[in-house]
Amino acid sequence: MLALDHKLLRDLSGMKGQVAAIAVVIAAGVMTLVIAVTSLDAISYGQRAFYRDHDFAEVFAQLKRAPEYLAGKIAAIDGVNRVHTRVVAPVRLEIAGFDDPVSGHLISIPDGEQPPINSLHLREGRLPESGRADSVAVSEPFAEAHGLRAGDRLRAIINGRLETLTVSGIVLSPEYIYQLGPADLIPDYERFGVLWMNRRALGRAFDMDGAFNSVVLTLQAHAEPEPVIAALDRLLADYGTLGAYARDEQVSHRILSQELDQLRVTSVILPAIFLGVSAFLLSVLMGRIVRNQRQQIAVLKAFGYSSAELIRHYAMLTAAIVLVGVVLGVVLGGWAADWVAALYMQYFRFPETRFEVRPQVIALGAAVSGAAAMLGTWRAVREAAVLAPAVAMRPPAPATFRRGLLDRSRLRRWLDQPTRIILRNLGRHRIKASLSVLGIALSVALLVVGGYQFNAIDQLIDTQYRKVLKMDAIVHFNDVAPERAAAELRHYPGVEHVEPFRSVPVRLVHGVHDYRTAIEGMDRRPVLRGLIDRSGVDQELPESGLVLTDYLAEHLDARPGDLIDVEIKTGHRRTVQVPLAGVVAEPLGVSAYMARPALNRLMREGPAASGFWLSLDRSAEVELFRELWDVPKVAGIGLIARAEDDIRGYIEDTMLGTMGVMLLLAVSIAFAVVYNSARIAFAERERELATLRVLGFGRGEVAWILVGELFVLTLLAIPLGWLLGTGLAWILTEAIEMDLFRIPFVISRQAYAMSAAGVLAAAVLSALLIAPRLARLDMVTALKSVE
Amino acid sequence: MERTDSDRSVVFEARGLTRVYHMGEVAIHALRGVDLDLYAGELVVMLGASGSGKSTLLNILGGLDAPTEGTIRYRGELLGDGGERELTRFRREHVGFVFQFYNMIPSLTALENVAVVTDIAREPMAPIEALRLVGLEDRADHFPSQLSGGEQQRVAIARAVAKRPAVLMCDEPTGALDSKTGIRVLEVIEQVNREIGTTTVVITHNAVIARMADRVVRLRDGLIDDIDRNVERAAPATLSW
Repeated sequence: MLALDHKLLRDLSGMKGQVAAIAVVIAAGVMTLVIAVTSLDAISYGQRAFYRDHDFAEVFAQLKRAPEYLAGKIAAIDGVNRVHTRVVAPVRLEIAGFDDPVSGHLISIPDGEQPPINSLHLREGRLPESGRADSVAVSEPFAEAHGLRAGDRLRAIINGRLETLTVSGIVLSPEYIYQLGPADLIPDYERFGVLWMNRRALGRAFDMDGAFNSVVLTLQAHAEPEPVIAALDRLLADYGTLGAYARDEQVSHRILSQELDQLRVTSVILPAIFLGVSAFLLSVLMGRIVRNQRQQIAVLKAFGYSSAELIRHYAMLTAAIVLVGVVLGVVLGGWAADWVAALYMQYFRFPETRFEVRPQVIALGAAVSGAAAMLGTWRAVREAAVLAPAVAMRPPAPATFRRGLLDRSRLRRWLDQPTRIILRNLGRHRIKASLSVLGIALSVALLVVGGYQFNAIDQLIDTQYRKVLKMDAIVHFNDVAPERAAAELRHYPGVEHVEPFRSVPVRLVHGVHDYRTAIEGMDRRPVLRGLIDRSGVDQELPESGLVLTDYLAEHLDARPGDLIDVEIKTGHRRTVQVPLAGVVAEPLGVSAYMARPALNRLMREGPAASGFWLSLDRSAEVELFRELWDVPKVAGIGLIARAEDDIRGYIEDTMLGTMGVMLLLAVSIAFAVVYNSARIAFAERERELATLRVLGFGRGEVAWILVGELFVLTLLAIPLGWLLGTGLAWILTEAIEMDLFRIPFVISRQAYAMSAAGVLAAAVLSALLIAPRLARLDMVTALKSVE
Repeated sequence: MERTDSDRSVVFEARGLTRVYHMGEVAIHALRGVDLDLYAGELVVMLGASGSGKSTLLNILGGLDAPTEGTIRYRGELLGDGGERELTRFRREHVGFVFQFYNMIPSLTALENVAVVTDIAREPMAPIEALRLVGLEDRADHFPSQLSGGEQQRVAIARAVAKRPAVLMCDEPTGALDSKTGIRVLEVIEQVNREIGTTTVVITHNAVIARMADRVVRLRDGLIDDIDRNVERAAPATLSW
C-alpha cells in the first residue's frame, strides 16, 4: 500500500465524526430517492402483475336489467375481446359481536368457477362450490377486519330475506385493490365488504334469472375503449345503463392510479429537493475539508506529486465518504421503502409485490452525490494545487480587512473584542459566510418541508369535518325518497336535525375535459353542510346553476359563467347545459352542488331526496342504527366521525409516514450541516484561536468567537430557510393535488418555529461537541505549525 | 581538503533572478536580480536577515516557485520552460526539501512520511534505510505528534534524501529547534552531504552555522551581498550558539 493510501485511511479515521456527518447528508439524499422510487416500483409492479394475471376488465357498465342473450351482441362489438356478464347487488350483513351497520356488494361468479374477467386470487379456502346457494368468497380486508376464516358463517339480508352464509374462501380482486364503499372516500373494511356468490343463487335471489345488471369487457390488443363504450351504451340504452366507462373511471383503478401519479411526482420532487440540497452541502463541505489540507497539499507538491495525483488522492477520499453515504442510504432507504410500501398495502391489496431497489436508482443516487462531492473536492484541490507550493506553504496572506460599517457605527462601543472579531470575520469572508448561511438555510428549508404537512393535514381534516361535513351521519336510500321522509326520520331515537339531499350521478363535460361525479342537491343554505370559499366563509347556493369544488372547476378548465354539459346518468337520461355559478374550496373529494329544487327540476321530479343528513345525540347512536337498519329502503348509513377517523388514518399512514421519514432526514441533514460547519470552522481557525489564548483571552471568550459565529450564521440562516422552505412546500403542494384530497398550502407558525428550533438545537449540540476540542486547544503546537 | 570551483561541475546557474510577490495589497520585491552558481557536492549556507530573499531564492532553485524574471539552468538545461509539469518532475526526481516547520503529514508515521517520497521516486533508498541514516530507525512507527521537533526534522531530512536527490534544500532547518537539537540536525545534514555527495543548500539567519559550509552566500534586500569560501568546514559539533 502506498504511503498516500495510508494517509487516506488515517484521514478518514481521523475525521470519523465529520465523515459520519457528511455520510448522513449523502445517505439522506439517497434514501429519499430509494424510498420514493422503490415503494413506487413495488406498488406499480403489484398493480401491473395483478391486472395481467387476473384479466382486469377494460370497460365496465352497470344497468338495470338486461337479458343474457345481449351478451352475444356485446361480444360482437368491434374491438371487444371477452365479455363477462354478471349480477351485482347490495347486501346488508350482520356479524356476531359487531353492532355497527355493515353493508356490502354481492358479485356473481359462474357457478363454482373463476370469472373469465376480474378473476379472483384465492388467499385461503376455495370458491363457492357449484350449486351451493349459501356459500360466498369474501374479500380479504373485510375478512381480516372481522377475523373471518374459511368455514365461518355470517348473516346477510339479501333482497329483504335473511340468509346464513358460509365463507368458502378469502379472496382478492383486481376490481377492489382499493376496496371502497359506494358512499365512502376511504376504505372502511369493518363496515363495507365484497362477497362473491354463485350466479344461479344470486340471480334467483334478485330475480335476475337469465339476466344481468353488470357487464365487464376486455378489449382486443390496440383497440380503443371509446368506440366500444359508445357501442355498448347504444346496446344497453334500453336497459337502464348508467353509462359504460373505461378503467380510468373505475373507482379502485382511478384512486390507485392517482396515488401512483402522486408517488411518481413525489418520487421526483422530494429526492430532487433532498438530493439537490445534500449535493450542494456536500460540495461545500468537501471543498472546505480539502482547503484545510492546503499545507499538506503544498508539501506533497514540493516532493514532486503532480496536481493530477493529488486530485486523485482527494477524489478517493471523497469517493470513500460517498460510498459510506450511499451504502447507508441504500440500506436504510430499502428498509424504509419496505415500511412505506407496507403502509400502502393496508389500503391497496395485491396478491404479490416485489421489493427490489433497482440498480439504476442506486447508480443515480451515487452519481448525483458523487458528482457533487467530486466537484467540491476538485475545485478545492485545484485551487490549492495551482498555487506554487512555496506560496501554498506559507500561511495565506492576511485577508484584506478594511474598516467597515461596524467600525464607523456607534454599535462598536457596545461590542467586546471577540464579538467584533466574529462580525468582522463574517463581513470579510462574505462568500464563505453566505455559503454557510445558505447551507444551514437549506436544512431549515427541509425542516419546513418535512414539518408543514403535519399541520396542513390537520387543517385539511378540520376544515372538512368542522366546516363542510357538519352532520353526524348520512342515511342513503336505495331509491329516491320523498322529501317528507325527513319528518319520519325525526322521530327516530337521538335524531336532532334532519336535512334531505339529492345525489345524481352525472358526467360533466367542458370542452375537451370531462369528469364523472355526482351533483349533490341541497338547501341553499344547509345547516348540516357547509359550502365554503377559500377563506373558509360559508356561501349560499345560487337559486340555479352549478357550483363545483375549485379543484374540479380547474380540472374542467371552467370559470363561473361557462356552460357545462351535464350528462345525467340516471332516471330521464339526457344532457343539459347548466351554467357554472361558482366554486367552493373543499380540501377533500370532487363534487358538484346545486340547490335541491333546481336539481329536482333538472331531473323532472318532485321534491325528492336520495338520502338525509342527520345530527344526533350520540348516546342514542346504537339504538338508532339498529332501528334504521330495519328500514328496508335504507341502503347505507355513513358515520361522519368514523369517516373522519378513517381519512385521518389513511393520510397519516400514507402521507405522514413518508413525511415523517423525510422530517427525520431533514433533522439529520440539519445536524450534519451545522456540525460540519462548526468542525471546519474550528480547524480553519485553530491557530487564530490559539493565538488569542496566548494573548490572554480566556477559554470562554475564545469559545465565543467560534460558537458565536456559528449562532450568528444560524440566526441569519433561519429566515432565509423559512423563505426557501415556503417555496419548496408550495411546489410540493401544487404537485400532489388529487381527487381524494388537496393539502392546503398553509404553513403554521409551529412549523416555522419547529424548523428554527431544530436547527438551533443542532447548533447547540454541535457547540457542545466542539467544546472539548476548544478546551484542549494546544497553544504551543498550534502556533508552531505553519497552518 | 582544498578544492577549487573549477574542479566541479556547475549544478545550478542562476542569472538575473527577480521575484515580486503580492501579499494582500502590498507588492514585495523578494529578489532584485540575483546571479549565482552552485557546484556539485558543495554545502552552501545562505545567510540573511528575514526578508532578505534567501527563502525565495531557495524555493526558486528548488522548483517550488518560479522567478518573475531571469533564468535558471539545472545541469545546463533551462528550468521552468515546460511550466508546472516540468517543475513537478524536476522536484520529484532531483530535489529534496527540508522545511523550518518539518511539514510532516500528520496522519502518516515517520516511515510512511518517508515512503510518501520513495513511492514516486525512480531509484529511492528503502524508507527504513533513510531513517537509519538519520538515526531514527527505531522510531519508524511513530506519528509526528509522538516525535520531538528535532526528531521530526531528522525524519524530514530522511524524507528529503531518500530519493537520492541531486540537491538538498534546507530552509531554516534549525529555526524551530534549540541549539543542542539543532546541532544534531546539522550533523545529519553534513553527514548526508559528505557521505552521499548531495549538493546542499542551507539557509539560515544564524551566522554561526556558516562555519560548516564550503561557501557562504550573504543576501540583503533581495541581492547577493558577498560570497565567502571557508578554508575549512567546521564540524557541526564544534558549533555553538
